[in-house]
Amino acid sequence: MDFIIAKYNYWIYIILMMIGLYGMIAKNNLAKKVVGMTLFQTAIILFFISTSVKSGGATVPIVMGDPHLHGHVIPGTVHAIQYLNPLPHVLMLTAIVVMVATFGIAVALLMRIYKRYGTLEGDEIVEIRKQEAAL
Amino acid sequence: MSANYPAFIIMVPFISALLIFVIGWWNKRLSCGLVVAVLATVFLLSIGVMKDVMANGTIRYWLGGWEPPWGIEYVVDYLNAFMLVIISFVSLVVTIYSKKSIEKEIPDKIVPFYSLYLLLITGLMGIVITGDLFNVFVFLEIAAISCYALIGVGRKGASYSAFKYVVMGTVGASFYLLGVGYIYLVTGSLNMLDVAEILPSLYGSKIVLTAGVFMLVGIALKMAVYPLHAWAPGAYSDAPSAVSALIAPLMTKVAAYLMIRIFFTVFKPYFFVDVIPLASILTWIAAVSVIAGSIYAIAQSDLKKMLSYSVVAQIGYIALGIGLANEAGLTGAVLHILNEAFTKACVFMVAGAIIYKTGSCNILGFKDLYRKMPFTMSAFLIGAFSMVGIPPTCGFFSKLYLIIGSIDAKQWVFVAVLLTSSILNVIYFFRVIKIAAFEDVIPDYSRTTPYVAYRLDEAPLSMLIPILIMATGILVCGVFSPEIINTVIQHIIPASF
Repeated sequence: MDFIIAKYNYWIYIILMMIGLYGMIAKNNLAKKVVGMTLFQTAIILFFISTSVKSGGATVPIVMGDPHLHGHVIPGTVHAIQYLNPLPHVLMLTAIVVMVATFGIAVALLMRIYKRYGTLEGDEIVEIRKQEAAL
Repeated sequence: MSANYPAFIIMVPFISALLIFVIGWWNKRLSCGLVVAVLATVFLLSIGVMKDVMANGTIRYWLGGWEPPWGIEYVVDYLNAFMLVIISFVSLVVTIYSKKSIEKEIPDKIVPFYSLYLLLITGLMGIVITGDLFNVFVFLEIAAISCYALIGVGRKGASYSAFKYVVMGTVGASFYLLGVGYIYLVTGSLNMLDVAEILPSLYGSKIVLTAGVFMLVGIALKMAVYPLHAWAPGAYSDAPSAVSALIAPLMTKVAAYLMIRIFFTVFKPYFFVDVIPLASILTWIAAVSVIAGSIYAIAQSDLKKMLSYSVVAQIGYIALGIGLANEAGLTGAVLHILNEAFTKACVFMVAGAIIYKTGSCNILGFKDLYRKMPFTMSAFLIGAFSMVGIPPTCGFFSKLYLIIGSIDAKQWVFVAVLLTSSILNVIYFFRVIKIAAFEDVIPDYSRTTPYVAYRLDEAPLSMLIPILIMATGILVCGVFSPEIINTVIQHIIPASF
């Protein structure tokens, strides 16, 4: 039980990811597949962000310089343990941009698919495509 | 100046992709010329970088002067430089070809088309040149997103194929990202060379094992290895012909490059051979991919679809060479990347030219094509020879090395698979050639002049010349393949073999 509670953030990420994967595989509606895809990506963002957390009141890495030293820091006063790791956050900013772009293009394609086939149900589209190929 | 070439290789196409809107707004017809100029520059820069690598060894370019592992660095060694030259050359030739084809297929979207086209090439070059694991993901997505859009404007029903690619491609990239995350978790670094130094002491860790598996599965999805190939045939065959001719040779090959990097640079080869037996799993998957792809290809009646399944089969060769993880196998894999890039570009361009002239690429409608389009179809014949592996062409040599690699690894099944696949290639390529060369249109005797007038009906020169360049390239690469191996590929093989 401790194993689950102590690492609950990772469990949430795995569960979210699996929901996303399930949505992409099992759902017939293409729009729902897009929702699943977005969940899948969001889960990864959650994973990255939760890796940067440190327990014990660590905070954002804004280091105040000493005004007497022209803004420089007195050596030995800054400890990494006091600050969160900012890098995963930065990486995830990029990943979010990628995610938005992917989402945008997926929705644009959905619009084109709907215009062409008049439906977003996967099996109906496959049926229409089969008929078109037979012609 | 020449020290900054690695940065220029990325920045020139990237900035031009935005600039093209300005030029295109002023004059639509200039956009293709601009792309050709840009890609010619990129090609020359790649050659420059290649020469630099050959003279001075690996280039490590610190972007913005930030020292690695904090900053992003571009690392160019023999493998990267080789890939850069291939990508820039193939894309340059395909661009010349694309002008007429695009004017006919999507006349109203020329300017955005070329903008996306350059972005796609930027992404591909970026994946190859960067030495940073996360940066690879960013470029992977730049290439993929522009690719989705380019496929989406293709022939009827392309939007559905593109959608499939969006979903599966995103899963692939996400798995890769997850693998990078796990590696960052244990090493605290994203720089490939830095990670490679830290990792060996951690090979026992389950996190590293998971990272390796996630990355390989993600890349295998992008590579379209057999069970993960479902997106590829639709996406490649429904895209506009010029786009097919660009992505079929390059996208999967760049993913294959990435797999070589992960296998042999980021992880040590023995990790995937001894610590977890992923290499042998990969070889078996690759063998299935080779056979299944070929059998699917035989079943197709649409030329582009047939060629797309052939991509799946051929990527199997490369994966097999990587998975064998011995000297001959890797040589074969790298040589096959070059060979495949040229051959697939050639045959897809031929398919595009046939569509341009006849409006369809159903194989059954190819009768008399040799009399109408002799040059195009001769290029197709050379491409087919290379696919099958007939000596003067480059396909023979890469297959030879793969077979030697399989023998070295004492994997007789793979020898059989490689030889069988050659026969399967014969079946599906020569079927096309048989119909096009030997089946005549039956003359209509009821008419007063009872013969069919055969007129030369070739594709326009701007399409024909790129096709012929590629066909010549296949032969040249074949004839000079010992030189290519001695000067370049030899240095790619890691010392630990």
